[in-house]
Amino acid sequence: MALLSIEGLSVAYGKVEAVRGVSLAIEPGQIVTVIGPNGAGKTTMLNAAIGLLPWRGRMSFEGADLARLDVEERIERGFCLVPEKRELFGDLSVADNLLLGGYARRRDTAGLKQSLADVYDRFPRLDERRGQKASTLSGGERQMLALGRALMAKPRLLLLDEPSLGLAPLIVREVFRIIASLRELGVSILLVEQNARAALETADFGYVLETGEIVHSGPAADLMHDPKVTASYLGGH
Amino acid sequence: MDAEIATILAMDGIASGAIYLLIGLGLVLIFAVTRVIFVPFGDIAAFTGLSLAALENGHRPGTVGLVAVLAVLATLKETALLVRTRELHRLPHTLLFYLVLPLAPAAAIWFTTGSVLPMPLRIVLALALVLPIAPLLDCLVFRPIADASVLLLLTVAVALHFALDGLGLLFFGPEGVRTQPLTETVLDIGGFIVNAQTLLIVAASIVFSGLLYLFFEFTLLGKALRATAINRTGARLVGIRPTSTASKAYLLGSLLAGISGVLIAPATTMFYDSGFLIGLKAFVGAIFGAMASYPVTALGAILVGLLESFASFWSSAYKEVVVFGLLIPILLWRSLSLGEVEEEEAEE
Amino acid sequence: MSPLQLRLAGLGVVVLLALAPALLSAFSITLMNFIGIYAIAVLGLVLLTGIGGMLSFGQAAFVGLGAYATAWLTAKQGYSPWLGLMLALVLAAAVAAILGAVTLRLGGHFLSLSTVAWGIAIYYLFGNLPMLGQYNGISEIPAISIGALSLADSKSIYYLIWALLIAALVLAANLLSSREGRAIRALRGGRVLVESLGINPFRVRLVTFVLSALLSAISGWLYAHMSRFVSPAPFDVTVGVLYLLMAMIGGMGHLAGAVVGAAIVTILKNSIQDWLPRLAPGASGQLEIVVFSVLFILLLQRARAGLVPFALRFLPRVQPRVPIAEPALDRRLRPARGTPLLNVDGVLRRFGGLVAVNSVSFEVKAGEILGLIGPNGAGKTTMFNLITGALAPDQGRVHFLGQDITHQPQRQIARAGIARTFQHVKLRSSMTLLDTVLLGIYGRTSSRFFAGTFGLDRSEENRARAEAMHQLQRVGLDDRAFELAGNLPLGSQRLLEIARALASDPALLVLDEPAAGLRAGEKAELAKLLTLLKAEGLTILLVEHDMDFVMGLVDRTVVMDFGAKLCEGTPAEVRRDPRVQEAYLGGVA
Repeated sequence: MALLSIEGLSVAYGKVEAVRGVSLAIEPGQIVTVIGPNGAGKTTMLNAAIGLLPWRGRMSFEGADLARLDVEERIERGFCLVPEKRELFGDLSVADNLLLGGYARRRDTAGLKQSLADVYDRFPRLDERRGQKASTLSGGERQMLALGRALMAKPRLLLLDEPSLGLAPLIVREVFRIIASLRELGVSILLVEQNARAALETADFGYVLETGEIVHSGPAADLMHDPKVTASYLGGH
Repeated sequence: MDAEIATILAMDGIASGAIYLLIGLGLVLIFAVTRVIFVPFGDIAAFTGLSLAALENGHRPGTVGLVAVLAVLATLKETALLVRTRELHRLPHTLLFYLVLPLAPAAAIWFTTGSVLPMPLRIVLALALVLPIAPLLDCLVFRPIADASVLLLLTVAVALHFALDGLGLLFFGPEGVRTQPLTETVLDIGGFIVNAQTLLIVAASIVFSGLLYLFFEFTLLGKALRATAINRTGARLVGIRPTSTASKAYLLGSLLAGISGVLIAPATTMFYDSGFLIGLKAFVGAIFGAMASYPVTALGAILVGLLESFASFWSSAYKEVVVFGLLIPILLWRSLSLGEVEEEEAEE
Repeated sequence: MSPLQLRLAGLGVVVLLALAPALLSAFSITLMNFIGIYAIAVLGLVLLTGIGGMLSFGQAAFVGLGAYATAWLTAKQGYSPWLGLMLALVLAAAVAAILGAVTLRLGGHFLSLSTVAWGIAIYYLFGNLPMLGQYNGISEIPAISIGALSLADSKSIYYLIWALLIAALVLAANLLSSREGRAIRALRGGRVLVESLGINPFRVRLVTFVLSALLSAISGWLYAHMSRFVSPAPFDVTVGVLYLLMAMIGGMGHLAGAVVGAAIVTILKNSIQDWLPRLAPGASGQLEIVVFSVLFILLLQRARAGLVPFALRFLPRVQPRVPIAEPALDRRLRPARGTPLLNVDGVLRRFGGLVAVNSVSFEVKAGEILGLIGPNGAGKTTMFNLITGALAPDQGRVHFLGQDITHQPQRQIARAGIARTFQHVKLRSSMTLLDTVLLGIYGRTSSRFFAGTFGLDRSEENRARAEAMHQLQRVGLDDRAFELAGNLPLGSQRLLEIARALASDPALLVLDEPAAGLRAGEKAELAKLLTLLKAEGLTILLVEHDMDFVMGLVDRTVVMDFGAKLCEGTPAEVRRDPRVQEAYLGGVA
């Protein structure tokens, strides 16, 4: 059974359909990427999947119908989103942001302690900045905090929306290294990216989204050398 | 005016300011968490005072009926929602939170009617009785339109106040009441005669503001409330449910308003509609803090109390005019210090 | 329905109203008088709240101000009611101007709260001032007389009330279809769009607030001379909320909603007063408030649009007046092709610890299309906001047509000749395409509120409408000029925004990701339009992510990455640049 299965997903803002009939699936342990240019509907698709936007179609997570789960129930089941805008709690400290990341499993005190230690282990920078307000962090640190906060919920599936957005190349490399390493934790990942090369390098399987529709899909290694994919980024159809 | 009168007026002003302060903190809290400017907190304070007075006289407070009506309506609405989403397995949870818990204090009062309980118990019962009103109103009135604009929510809140006003008369009647003083001790501090009641009011507001600070700073729930206020989407994405955060915020705000009601009722005669002016004065304080800052709201509330006290010495008829007229310079100051506020409200 | 039929229908209504005193009972006429008086005040509220988006609970206080002003001047000082009207208008305008000046720059709820406070303050003032009779009020107010004709009985003042109401409705309708009226209609939904059109939202808000207070003052004046008695109670905040309820029931967004709402609530109030005492003897006064409040809350939750929009669905549509050719509006002098138009010099902008734009410099020359490209998060949108004045840079300068515009407000930059579109389309969905484009012409025309209200702006207005039609034609939307902007698909909405921008006769057109989210066909159409505009000699700065779209169009490109300028050159040069390839496709991890 697929971990996440999406069939015929459509999302509309008023009369404008931003996502039209998208279908995709993620198996446990997989890293799947959806790449595509700006405005293609990638963020809309993720926001609908996590339950922040109304949608039509069929979606299920571990067999459970997502139409009947709200955002919070998805988080409780280990289905989490790291949004494009990070959505951190700017006035709260790094430590409090992480603490709240585990809100959905607040009764599991021992587990949370362990997760917190793991996150600090994985992101030593966050450990150094524990007491600092989230709003004072740099772009790369913010992305790390967003990832760390999501990991506190002990996710089984992480949706990552443009984790490399606005980050310098060195930090992008670091972020993708971390994403690849999450697989070892047993976290499956749906990665939405414009940075096509890095995303395909990291992923097992890829989809290309253009103006709300999936136009190509295939094993990531194949897509990487597909001239059509290059064309949809740099032009020259 | 000599120094002695000035001192008395200042003491009085600080005492009423301390009362506005508690309600003002609740207003800021609710606005931050839900974007609702919850005008009826003043009514909640007045209802607490009226309930306490009824308990003192061994009567059944009208609040019992009000809470019962609201609890039944809320339960019906939530049950209908469960039927529609086919989630009837959550019915026991709904019944517990919307019917049993809100009605428990009312039931306790129902069975003890006639016997006059000791004062601390009466106060606890009056508070417990009033606490569910705001969360139930939130469920019935605000939850269905949680995404609406601030202005729409404000309109609803004002309309709600007038509904409560009318219901207040129905459930409490037109008589004004005053509760027994919490303490009748008079202290002599360095030559100044001070009413212990006044000190109690000030102490209570300091203690409860302090507790609120500790709650926000050191508890997970407090941090969850702050997180919701800072970033609603972010809060949802870590599993903080906006509806339950809102209920908790309303409970907390009601507790503050209820305490202020208990404190004010021995000093001022309370009528079913006394809450409006109390709430609005708390508001003037909250506007000082731009509906955002707790400490500045506290200062603003005290200032409103002082101004009111000195204004009533000058002319008691015009004290309301002076207090609400004060809003103009405050807004001017705010307008100059904040600059133009960037807001992108959706078209409707 | 044709304009002639509409006029006939209007005439029919007027005849019916004129005959009413002969046909209806005295009681019904009294009721009609109240409806008319309320409707005038509610009309002000519809303009202010429903159309302008400023929520006021203080309308009743302004009505009271008008009523007390005339009551004091006539009953206590013995002057004519017409002088009373003058005093009522002057006082209401002055108070509104002061309140507005203080609150209208702040967030919307500050105005609303101050109207609550002001409503309470004035209520207590009425109740305590000895010269206003304290809570006993002022009685023996004289009747209005026109020459020798006294309007003492309710059937004669009826004509004055309804004549004033109809006049107010017609004037308000005039205003709304004029230059400033469109600005009022654009207020709801945020300041950024309004400023980008060269409109000063504060001024428009302030005048609207004053206008609404003036209508209230007229209503109060009529009230005082009809009842011949005033006391504080009818001007309480509760009544302010009742006015809001009237507007809401009728339909906040429509002028006719004021009359419909006032009628329904007045009649409802009257019948509730009949049956409530039977239901709950003794408590009916308060129960009435409960009934109205609950009704109000339910309406706000479920039917915010009100009755009029609902009824309009069943009425025939009025045929719009198609603009005819008129002498064209004046156009701006254009700089010669190739001269520097926009100069961005070492501009830097920080957000907290983030440097979003890092010392970027470039130049746009008249007559060229310059593409500002770069991957998402490169700082393009920030750069865009720095040029159009939505943000101010921390360092560096921006010159436009030789003039330093670095720290100028958005609306002045717009007036100087930079027109923009929005990445997330900003339209007012309930305005027609024609009105939307007319908004763009705001800066080229000059009729103010007075001219618009009294129809003195017609020749300018006709020229503006012809110009707007011409711009719609340019983008190929002229056949849909009277449809609502909200009903268009995204691609056409983008074109409409371009038409609106073109209508301001800009020297520089700045487009923010116009191709984002468009389908292939729509993109091709957009590209065709931009090529056409370039051929006409328009200078365009295109901020875009879509390389494919940019490459065929632009003369030169500036590439940004991580907030800094990566390189600059012709499309072909840029595409070959390995740094650009890396920026777009990403480095290999």
